Amino acid sequence: MNYPPAKRAPPYRVMPGFGLSLGFTIFYLALIVLIPLSAVFLKTFTMTWEAFWAAVTSERVMASYRLSFGASLIAASINVVFGGIVAWVLVRYQFPGKRIIDALVDLPFALPTAVAGITLTALYSTNGWIGRYLDSAFGFKVAFTPVGVVVALTFIGLPFVVRTVQPVLEDAERELEEAAASLGATSLQTFTRIIFPTIMPAMLTGFALAFARATGEYGSVIFIAGNMPMVSEITPLFIITKLEQYDYAGATAIACVMLVTSFILLLTINLLQAWTRKRSGK
Amino acid sequence: MSERITVSKGVLEPAWVRVALLTVALGFLTLFLFVPLVAVFAEAFKKGWEAYVAAITDPDAVSAIKLTLIAAGISVPLNLVFGVSAAWAIAKFEFRGKSLLLTLIDLPFSVSPVISGLIYVLMFGAQGWIGPWLQEHDIKILFAVPGIVLATVFITFPFVARELIPLMQAQGNEEEEAALVLGASGWNTFLRVTLPNIKWGLLYGVILCNARAMGEFGAVSVVSGHIRGETNTMPLQVEILYNEYNFAAAFAVASLLALLALVTLAIKSIIEWRLHQADPVDAEARNMEHAS
Repeated sequence: MNYPPAKRAPPYRVMPGFGLSLGFTIFYLALIVLIPLSAVFLKTFTMTWEAFWAAVTSERVMASYRLSFGASLIAASINVVFGGIVAWVLVRYQFPGKRIIDALVDLPFALPTAVAGITLTALYSTNGWIGRYLDSAFGFKVAFTPVGVVVALTFIGLPFVVRTVQPVLEDAERELEEAAASLGATSLQTFTRIIFPTIMPAMLTGFALAFARATGEYGSVIFIAGNMPMVSEITPLFIITKLEQYDYAGATAIACVMLVTSFILLLTINLLQAWTRKRSGK
Repeated sequence: MSERITVSKGVLEPAWVRVALLTVALGFLTLFLFVPLVAVFAEAFKKGWEAYVAAITDPDAVSAIKLTLIAAGISVPLNLVFGVSAAWAIAKFEFRGKSLLLTLIDLPFSVSPVISGLIYVLMFGAQGWIGPWLQEHDIKILFAVPGIVLATVFITFPFVARELIPLMQAQGNEEEEAALVLGASGWNTFLRVTLPNIKWGLLYGVILCNARAMGEFGAVSVVSGHIRGETNTMPLQVEILYNEYNFAAAFAVASLLALLALVTLAIKSIIEWRLHQADPVDAEARNMEHAS
């Protein structure tokens, strides 16, 4: 059996199963995640640089990046503002049905994306419950336009900001706010000087998580987007289109760009979380 | 959750601010959560109860339900065993590269579902690594049930592990060490000491894993091949019906998935409540982990 270096050895000598559990963990991780994921990079390496560059910068794929990243940015921003308010209300106020509402915030995590997709499309199409009024009152169309993409991505990202800000607000020291108030600060000053700096790292983390999820999202978007090339075609859908044309290399090249982007986002999120923990003293 | 907070008048914002914030928050949630949730069921029952029953007892729908249950029935136990094993190694021992291992376990969460499907096409497809070998031996993985199961396993890979790791780290090793020193075998210690301590966390991970396994769309869509009655899971069946403008049937199948989501949320809330009762600090730490 393998033991870790002697540093903190004594307490662990008793515990069994290190070799077995770590061995199985690494084996399963390699089999299910690492080897299949490496296929993307290995497939990309079989392309020439020119072919790769042409595949990932074609006009149609550039338009899809603009839509995917632009709509994700807008949706994550909407979620920072409203998710922050929802977290505040859930932590600080009492109102009937609060526990049920709190539980339902996780609905976008639990509801299959295809269900979300067809439902939002039905609601926002020109004869839907919501789309009907937007259309007749303002002539504003949501379904089958880039606005629809933003709506779907807002739904998908809704829980992230709420669930990152909520615990930080719960742990926030209210004594500080009381001290500020007793020293004559207005509630606006208390918010900008005391509360906002406390929850800011958590809000940024939530923003990054919602953004990362939105860039890769597929199921909820394809129904409402209309999927017109150059206008409302998201990058994940373009990968599928390439696959359906049997252009495996082209699909993989774009997937490679998306993977690198999500690794950078993952790194950013880890740093933000470390910062949040430091700020909230955990 | 907020019962513990005592509100002193000094820090309460003006009444109109409170009313405004409550209105904005509830308005936003109504627009983005409650209305869509109601709409799923309203659309499903639009053509009446009989049409609903006919839609979900249609042979293609039934076969989709079966395949969904098979995919979840294989991937959840696999990831359960992995989750317990990974949590045991990471929470009970110190070793180098632990944070790298944690990051790698989280990887499937940050990969687009479409790419999660694509990687299996690259491995098992006709032009893939072992595609030609599979064809020679007449083994079908892609566009067949094994491919769907593999994609589901990948997508739900981290769920149980990431619930258990913080929980077991917070619990420490003392109880297990006591049992071992008193002569219990390693396996007995796990079954009698560790398992009762982690059972709620384990269940929590399993229901989240199961919800995702049954609802996954993007990854499964890439590897499925969309053969009706054979390789369609419930979410794929929803898509097919919807694209055929058979909206009532699409929403009928979708309503089953929405029901699954509601049951998942209910069980999740009950577990959270129990964990909170047992140890408020632990539960909050876990909440934070979960949100990340």
